[in-house]
Amino acid sequence: MTEVYLDGTLIGETDDHKKLITELKTKRRKKILSTNMNVSFLQDKDEIHVNMGIGRVRRPLINVENGKSLLTKDLIKKIEEKELTWKDMQKKGIMEYIDAEEEENSYIALTEKELTKEHTHLELDPLLILGIATSTLPYPDKNRGDRLNYGARMAVQSVGIPIHNFLMRDDTTMNILINPQKTLISTQSMDAIHLNSHPTGQNIVVAIMPFYGYNIEDALIVNKSSLERGALKSIAYRTHTTSCRRYWGGQEDKIGLPEKGIKNYKSEDLYNKLDQSGIIQPETKVEEGDILVGKISPLRFLGIAKEIRMGIENFRDNSLHLEEIHDGFVEKIILTTNEEGNILLKITVRDTRIPEVGDKLATRHGQKGVIGLVVPEEDMPFTAEGITPDIIINSHAIPSRMTVGQILEILEGKAAALNGTHIDATAFKSSEEEPRKILADNGFQDDGKESLYNGITGEKMESKILIGICYYQRLYHIVSKKIHARAKGPVALLTKQPTAGRSKGGGLRLGGMEKDCFIAHGAPIVLQERFSSDSVKEHICTECGTIAVKDHIKNKVVCLNCKSEENIEVRLSYAFKLLLDEMKSMMIAASIKTTKD
Amino acid sequence: MINKEIKDKTFKLLKEKVELLDKTKKEKEEILKLAEKRYENMLYDSGEAIGVVAAQSVSEPATQTTLKSYHRESSGLNIIQGLPRVIEILDARKSPETPTMKIYLLPEQNNKNSAKKIASNIKETKLMHLMVEDSLDLANMCIEINMDAEKMKNLDIKTDDLIKNIKKKVRNIEVKMSDDHTMIVESKKAGTTVQDLQRTRTKVRDSHAKGIPDIDFCIIEKVNDDWVLQTLGSNLRKITKIEGVDSNRVSTNNIFEVYETFGIEAARQAIINEILNTLRAQGVDTDIRHLLLIADAMTSKGEIKPIGRYGLSGAKSSVLARSNFEETVKHLVDASIIGEKDELKGIVENIIIGKTAKVGSGLVELKMKD
Repeated sequence: MTEVYLDGTLIGETDDHKKLITELKTKRRKKILSTNMNVSFLQDKDEIHVNMGIGRVRRPLINVENGKSLLTKDLIKKIEEKELTWKDMQKKGIMEYIDAEEEENSYIALTEKELTKEHTHLELDPLLILGIATSTLPYPDKNRGDRLNYGARMAVQSVGIPIHNFLMRDDTTMNILINPQKTLISTQSMDAIHLNSHPTGQNIVVAIMPFYGYNIEDALIVNKSSLERGALKSIAYRTHTTSCRRYWGGQEDKIGLPEKGIKNYKSEDLYNKLDQSGIIQPETKVEEGDILVGKISPLRFLGIAKEIRMGIENFRDNSLHLEEIHDGFVEKIILTTNEEGNILLKITVRDTRIPEVGDKLATRHGQKGVIGLVVPEEDMPFTAEGITPDIIINSHAIPSRMTVGQILEILEGKAAALNGTHIDATAFKSSEEEPRKILADNGFQDDGKESLYNGITGEKMESKILIGICYYQRLYHIVSKKIHARAKGPVALLTKQPTAGRSKGGGLRLGGMEKDCFIAHGAPIVLQERFSSDSVKEHICTECGTIAVKDHIKNKVVCLNCKSEENIEVRLSYAFKLLLDEMKSMMIAASIKTTKD
Repeated sequence: MINKEIKDKTFKLLKEKVELLDKTKKEKEEILKLAEKRYENMLYDSGEAIGVVAAQSVSEPATQTTLKSYHRESSGLNIIQGLPRVIEILDARKSPETPTMKIYLLPEQNNKNSAKKIASNIKETKLMHLMVEDSLDLANMCIEINMDAEKMKNLDIKTDDLIKNIKKKVRNIEVKMSDDHTMIVESKKAGTTVQDLQRTRTKVRDSHAKGIPDIDFCIIEKVNDDWVLQTLGSNLRKITKIEGVDSNRVSTNNIFEVYETFGIEAARQAIINEILNTLRAQGVDTDIRHLLLIADAMTSKGEIKPIGRYGLSGAKSSVLARSNFEETVKHLVDASIIGEKDELKGIVENIIIGKTAKVGSGLVELKMKD
């Protein structure tokens, strides 16, 4: 007896599970039962699960009967002529939606060729084994699987043109590529999601060869003139917001130039860029620490009565100032009110970013790299026709990663540029014969290779170099916003150790694992020096072993514990002193025994 | 540091081997000279942090093998490998997650048929594997078990032995055979409820019939002319007593069992072998001397101590070093109660207070004569 469950509750039993399932399925196809229903048979448990509930992931498949697809050629013609719609296909039982459970009982053919009588369904397109992001990559069937994953993940980080009305918007951050280009090598699913009207990169001339060691380890050589012509140039917009709040007692924030001498008033030149209203003007250059909007707020805590009566002392400067990494030009200012009716100010700062050494670029094949050198065009290698590559990548990037798709893209990109057409690179559909023919017809070698001449010496290179056009994306990791180093600088108040993080001018932590490395090398003196950032001199009482305190008035060092004046000066880490203090707070009195050398 | 005794012994052995070589006298001398130079180069220097180096040499490659764990080709047994297994050994768990044994056979029994026979003697058969069906007879308040006579015959199990085993496992019951293949289990106690009967049933089902307890699975493999039995489950004492088993070549991955059966020295060797084999299987080539040090440290107290909070790190003499590792407050409070003293001789203590640690170049000091 097979138990039958509807959405997880037992509703009955059947002797013939096959009959019941076929009946349910035929009725669903005839629309007698809801098309939202899915049936599955669990052989090991001997149960039938009928599911109607929400939250199941379902996907469309073409129905197959007696080894023949129900989507015939006539029907395909009708779809092309737009007589038949997606909904009609479902209504007529040509196609149905299957959930994960029912899929387990189905036998799905990937292509129409492999259909047999046992098959129950046919895949709409073999391309559908890939996700949306991955299917926009060219030649996914010719690359290794992990490269597709990397490629799809990096496309997400690319600077492109995600929306067209960015000038009217006030997003917190918005990165726009200045001259985005349609891909020469595109896929069918790119059209489906309109990716070509929101491109993510540019078609760039690439050569695969070494260049004096400056492109080792995935570094890229970039043509300086290409950058000057605007290749991969982008604009970053950042919007800073401030609003006037109302406080208890009728007080409120005021926008305006803060008067000199007010509490929290910064140096005078920082306010120079503001106009009389206290707001910065469009197209002003702003740098770190500059004030965008002058704002005066009431004091958080009222002082003594005398100070209150003096009026001006009741306010503090609460201006909106620019953080270190967000410098640029003021693009636009929006002055409006928020939901509570208070003044709301949005200031968009624009920063033009030209690629420089250290910026990150990537292809759609998971081949990423940072710019290693910007070379003047006259020093770049050139072809017999005088073409210089925009980017040179190292040949070692290819063999171990097996990104054959990239080689094909370079080759066929060249053919596409010569012919002025787009080439389709959808999964399982592309052929490389035609592009090779185009290349041969135009007088090129059909493998895309050419003789190159050294730009510095003018000598002809011995081996032929693959040169062609590849789609390159600029990723939003910008060195100038990340570079950081410090010798000395700010320390945290509590521990006297360096602060953490680039924005606070912090140090790079030498952690526990790194400490172990120094010990393993037998270099404890180096370690002591590196850890001495919080080193302090403290007086330790020789009587009781606690830390003695200097009395500046009497100019004496006294132990507060035993009143002894006998002590010894010792250099130790402030963190240890802090540990002793914290231990004291939990009623543990540790004492240090000192000896004289 | 040179241990003279070990060095002399090693070179005596080496000299004997070199004498056998087909070389001139001068060449032989040169070989020995070179060997001595290499030997001295390979010794660790005084002040070298061998513990840290050993820890790094094992743990750095171990992090790279994580993806390869829980995987084993060909054999049907899914035995834990890789990093989880290394952690299991270093934590000195009482029993491994997948205990397993490798059993070699005596030369006269080293063929497929006797291997099969021995395997059936090793694998534990329980009553539930021998029955067709069991049911509760609520009218007579007893359990009726329908036995599979054919299986019993194949495995050579007698009903009398079976009944004895059931009585050993479950107390206060009466077991009899009503006919050839129906067994009746009754409770001797008065006033048995259905719940009691149900409980007895699960116990009876689980009772031992044949083989060695704890051995759930046994497969036969051929490894270079030898028929090897590999088991899931480990019972060193009982398996060495089985006829046909080469008791000199039986091995288990349960280190505690080795310790209890053969003692601490064997356990030390077992730790070395197990870590080495796990690492080698993952393609990690760690020098065996690091493992020697780890095994020595784990077994130096006469019993197997884990590396961690309750083992070696928890047994450090310095309060600061202990509280630096785990459970800071507990160690500080306990130390304050008994008034512990920290000599500040270790590495961690000196780093905490900001002094040069006594390792490597920190060992030497310069003193001026007055």
